[in-house]
Amino acid sequence: MSVIAKEDQSAVVDHGPQDSLLKRIGSLQAVWILGVLLVIVVFFSIAAGSKFLSASNFSLISQNIAVWAVLGVGMTFVIITSGIDLSIGSVLVFSSVVAAKLMASIGGDGWGVALIGILAALVSGAAWGVLNGFLIAKAKIPPLIVTLGSLSVALGLAQVLTGGIDVRSVPGALTDFNTYIKILGIPSLPFVALVTLIIGGVILHRTKFGRYTYAVGSNELAARRVGINVDRHLILVYGLSGLMAGLGAVLALSQFGTTTIAGQSLTNLNVIAAVVIGGTSIFGGEGSIFGTVVGLFIPAVLQAGFVIIGVEAFWQGVAVGTVLVAAVYVDQSRRAAALRGAKSRNPILAMLRPNK
Amino acid sequence: MTPILEARGLSRSFGHVRALNNADFDINAGEVVALIGDNGAGKSTMVKALTGNLDLDSGELFFEGKPLHISNPQEASDLGMEVVYQDLALAPHLNPYQNMFLGREIPRKGFLGKLGFMDDKAMRAKARAGFDELGGTVRSMTAQVGTMSGGQRQQIAIVRSIAWANKIVFLDEPTAALGVVQTKNVLDTIRRVRDKGIAVVLISHSMPAVLEVADRVQVMRLGTRVATLPTKGATVEQLVGAMTGALDANLTTEEAL
Repeated sequence: MSVIAKEDQSAVVDHGPQDSLLKRIGSLQAVWILGVLLVIVVFFSIAAGSKFLSASNFSLISQNIAVWAVLGVGMTFVIITSGIDLSIGSVLVFSSVVAAKLMASIGGDGWGVALIGILAALVSGAAWGVLNGFLIAKAKIPPLIVTLGSLSVALGLAQVLTGGIDVRSVPGALTDFNTYIKILGIPSLPFVALVTLIIGGVILHRTKFGRYTYAVGSNELAARRVGINVDRHLILVYGLSGLMAGLGAVLALSQFGTTTIAGQSLTNLNVIAAVVIGGTSIFGGEGSIFGTVVGLFIPAVLQAGFVIIGVEAFWQGVAVGTVLVAAVYVDQSRRAAALRGAKSRNPILAMLRPNK
Repeated sequence: MTPILEARGLSRSFGHVRALNNADFDINAGEVVALIGDNGAGKSTMVKALTGNLDLDSGELFFEGKPLHISNPQEASDLGMEVVYQDLALAPHLNPYQNMFLGREIPRKGFLGKLGFMDDKAMRAKARAGFDELGGTVRSMTAQVGTMSGGQRQQIAIVRSIAWANKIVFLDEPTAALGVVQTKNVLDTIRRVRDKGIAVVLISHSMPAVLEVADRVQVMRLGTRVATLPTKGATVEQLVGAMTGALDANLTTEEAL
């Protein structure tokens, strides 16, 4: 009953994608967006010359994004699992308040006090994250709702603890760390952020933990079927995001010398925008730390550039919002093309082409 | 020859529904056995019972002639049995080797391995070897599985299952969503799996596919095995007749075996 005769195997194969390394790199959104960043840098370099293209300018830019970069590491993991964490700004505030209060009550300006404060901030941040993760994984409440709730609760509790007045007694050791210390020629806060980014990138791209993060976001049921403890993994990922918010709290205290109760209301959205601009898909399964770094630089470079060439900084919001929407559009088009089995077409060109 | 897996008198009721009613099953090493039957005949329940996913009311299982008691899927895996589900359970954003080793990653040697670092090189090489051994059409180890054809995805799921199952692979409707060429590729893959000495249980509604690739067909109806017949010389009409009960008299029935 075998109706198909033995024939040359190659005659019937359905050819699979055989991508060269170059083509694969080109298909990563992070690479396209890096091109956008370079265009922006070149534009401001021509418009403003050496004023823009100076070490001091980029040192300033990197200092401005240090806190967001740390938060972005956790957010990248969360979004790759197809989740979201809106609470990071509030958790940062709560952790910085707890740390600052604790350090103030002990008193002193040395590293001993600072270390206790750092530890307190990290523990507080991680605890919020684990709570988020537990509610999401075990109670099955959508991440958007859980973290919207903890956004409100963490900020509220921070205001209760302080009466709404920022705590200004941060040990000198911590503020001096930001002001005076350079490591390998890099200002201290960007250096801490850089180390965090590298560690985050290595965990995401080289370890089982990272692989499972992609798997959970890509196909949660498949992850469960192969024996991955998805609930535990989600709790750890949100815990990581909280831990990063705790670390962000330390950096913010060091940078500003005070808690920033009213100053973090848009932090979550800015970090999410950076992560998404960097090619991490809000539908999960895809993303990279490198993309997040690029996504962080775009708004920061725009802001610095606008200031230097004398455009009102308000335009930054307009530009970032536009880039964000465009980035997600490109991401979705690529996805749809992949589902149709098409070779990766350039979605921008496809958009311009008339429909048949 | 002792069957590699044999079930005798399996019964299981869900409320008033007897999903399995004194049902038998047997398969030898290196044999493709098709399990067919109308919807609700008990095929899926049978596979669940055979792979430790179902508690039985009564009945016995024998693995390589020895009595077998399994109560969870992990034990079935440990014995060398894997199920390829209809949805394939692949992660579309991961590539073939990442999918193949998902949940069973090879750790790097030494301290780094303890920290959770993976030996991607070894995994890629092993996956490559697995795909090469089976032939088939999956070429790229680095492209995302989601960009591949349905036939290629099926092959990846099958290669993954036989990488961990050296005794029996259960395939649930492997050709249901595939075109002609891809179906042929999957059937070729099934033959190659069989030629490695692995037993294949094929659940399918596609009678031509069953007749083309299976060595024997076991027909289920109303929770019990009503017939078992060799595919040699069998026709689609006979199989459909057995499934619906129209042709009982003409077949080699249970009692005659």
